[in-house]
Amino acid sequence: MSPEHWTRPSRPDDRDRLADTAVPAATSATPTREQVIAGLRATSEGGADLVQLLTPEGQRVSHPDFDIDITDEQLRGMYRDMVLVRRADREGNALQRQGQLGIWVPLLGQEAAQIGAGRAMRPQDMAFPSYREHGVAWCRGIDPTELLGIFRGTDHGSWDPNETGMSLYTIVIGNQCVNATGYAMGQKFDGKVGNSGDDPASNEATMVFFGDGATSQGDVHEGMVWASVYDAPVVFFCQNNQWAISEPTERQSRVPLYERAKGYGFPGIRVDGNDVLASLAVSQWAMNEARQGNGPLLIEAFTYRMDAHTTSDDATRYRLDDELEAWKLKDPIERLRAHLLREEIADQEFFDGVDSEADELAARFREFCVNMPEPPPERMFSAVYAEESPVVAAQREDYLNYLAGFADSGHDTEGSVR
Amino acid sequence: MAAPTMESTGSSTTPTQTITIAKGLNNALRNAMERDPKVLVMGEDVGKLGGVFRVTDGLQKDFGEHRVLDTPLAESGIIGTAIGLAMRGFRPVCEIQFDGFIFPGFDQIVSQLSKMHYRTQGKVKVPLVIRVPFGGGIGAVEHHSESPESLFAHVAGLKVVSCSNPVDAYWMLQQAIDSDDPVLFFEPKRRYWEKAELDPTAEHLPMISSAVLRTGSDVTVATYGPTVKTCMEAATAAEEDGNDVEVVDLRSLSPLDLGPVAESVRRTGRLVVVSESPPESSVTSEVATRIQQECFYSLEAPVLRVNGFDTPYPPSKLEEGYLPDLDRVLDAVDRSLAY
Repeated sequence: MSPEHWTRPSRPDDRDRLADTAVPAATSATPTREQVIAGLRATSEGGADLVQLLTPEGQRVSHPDFDIDITDEQLRGMYRDMVLVRRADREGNALQRQGQLGIWVPLLGQEAAQIGAGRAMRPQDMAFPSYREHGVAWCRGIDPTELLGIFRGTDHGSWDPNETGMSLYTIVIGNQCVNATGYAMGQKFDGKVGNSGDDPASNEATMVFFGDGATSQGDVHEGMVWASVYDAPVVFFCQNNQWAISEPTERQSRVPLYERAKGYGFPGIRVDGNDVLASLAVSQWAMNEARQGNGPLLIEAFTYRMDAHTTSDDATRYRLDDELEAWKLKDPIERLRAHLLREEIADQEFFDGVDSEADELAARFREFCVNMPEPPPERMFSAVYAEESPVVAAQREDYLNYLAGFADSGHDTEGSVR
Repeated sequence: MAAPTMESTGSSTTPTQTITIAKGLNNALRNAMERDPKVLVMGEDVGKLGGVFRVTDGLQKDFGEHRVLDTPLAESGIIGTAIGLAMRGFRPVCEIQFDGFIFPGFDQIVSQLSKMHYRTQGKVKVPLVIRVPFGGGIGAVEHHSESPESLFAHVAGLKVVSCSNPVDAYWMLQQAIDSDDPVLFFEPKRRYWEKAELDPTAEHLPMISSAVLRTGSDVTVATYGPTVKTCMEAATAAEEDGNDVEVVDLRSLSPLDLGPVAESVRRTGRLVVVSESPPESSVTSEVATRIQQECFYSLEAPVLRVNGFDTPYPPSKLEEGYLPDLDRVLDAVDRSLAY
């Protein structure tokens, strides 16, 4: 399908289509309590443009623009992916509650969006995550234990971005969108885009992950501007989980987020972010377009943050339980499970096997976490610059001498230097 | 430099109460909003949630969504629109959620906020306050523990202050809102829950002034923000060694009020300057330079500094080594005395 499908200035039926969609324009600042209860925020309904291939009941449906050939093996694989990353995520939450982690950023509810996107990437592609992308990390071959250092405070991210094809988590909101665009420009400058010769499989693209809140940041806008004028092979994957800490998406936009792409001149598609099949189908299509030189593209994965923003947050202060309950009925894992059962693609033995694998992962995750070594004091000064700085070197020497003074005087260094 | 004069309000009849820094800031915002309908509060999550540190708790409920704005998630937008609102006659108080998130707004602060008064030669005033929870020690992930105050102290046209206790939090924030100049207001986040007695009718210092918190005759320690408490504890500990440490809370970082520090150093002959920020080209460098210029003949030892390090803020398991603590302050006091 051609991207022009979306980038034509206006389709004759646009006006009707928008009217039919009935996604609230969100002209008022904050929906009233009554509006939320009445579902007028429409957080649980993605509107007429929502791409869905699996209903919340697990029934396979067709879509005129997006379909996907998928094997039973792949379906079972994505079910396993989602169960395992959710289990690691829940364990991360528990470890924080038990004092083993400083903070944890829950992924709960966004498994389908991330696994669909992550499984659409090839090894040579590049991912630029925000900080909730545990599912994407999983797909990039980053073991969940490698995420722990960030949240336990032993490192700022332990994986190698070059080896894994995934940049480190980015905490300042939206920053990564410009970096991803630059990386994608580099892929293009290096001749890795649009090749149709002997090895088109060597084409590359970049996928950048951010949230609904981030769409307000200048960096996201600038990333989209750059990507569009340089035809960068980048897919902007926005997980609209409805909440930027306490602020609903209405605080960020009057229009559905996917429609913003039109203003930049590239396609924007809203996909059911709780439908792993749809997320995979749209992501595969978008990444292929980007690899072929038809980028950039925007995907809005319409999903829900089922837990708090982080373990430091108390979501009960600003949102109603009803909303959460409505979204529980759209659970991404239950949806695929229902489909696998309905179509007899998996049996109880398979589900039991995945569950016991999840138990093993959880045990390994915990074991790894509580046994992580403390970083040595000299780690503070390591690799600040590519060329060693005399200033940093002098400070390291002074500090280590200072610590050695405690050891000489018979004090316990660990205890004395707070 | 003239000694700061005490200011008195006396309009309030609220009795003395025990409050935290967070509550002192909350009360200050409430007072300012009650006094002046042009005072606005704006930032991410400051409304319904009351801010991630609850400093703005209850304000949107009492003053409405048009005075307490849950803004879109963009710091350049928060500060840039606040500048426009200030040009229109409002007095916005912006909250930046964490120190490390201020940089998308840095351009607006440096290019517009700091220069507007100068460019218009005073025809346009920008009475804007930017509140920034800053500093480490809370076991957080990246960008949540930084001390970027020196970057702002370096910019002409900005006032930069930091409170260290609930009483200063209460008064200084109101003074910052009253100021016709833009004020960067740095709040010691790991001290938000420290308590003190506040008498809202008592005299208080002007915002641009430093304060001697503890008198002593052997060594002067000058600091601000979260390390004030550290230095007060160090001074108490130094007593055991027979050392009498004077502690000055700088309070205002730009402009600096170094009169009380110089007066102190003329008596003690020794100065240790303490802050969490990296040492190079920082507020502590400025204090050290100016005191050695002003007190050269009184100094018995070089001015020493205790800071973080010239590294990015480390992973939190290492932050106790990064942050100046009681031992490192005492070590500097001992080195100064031994010189």
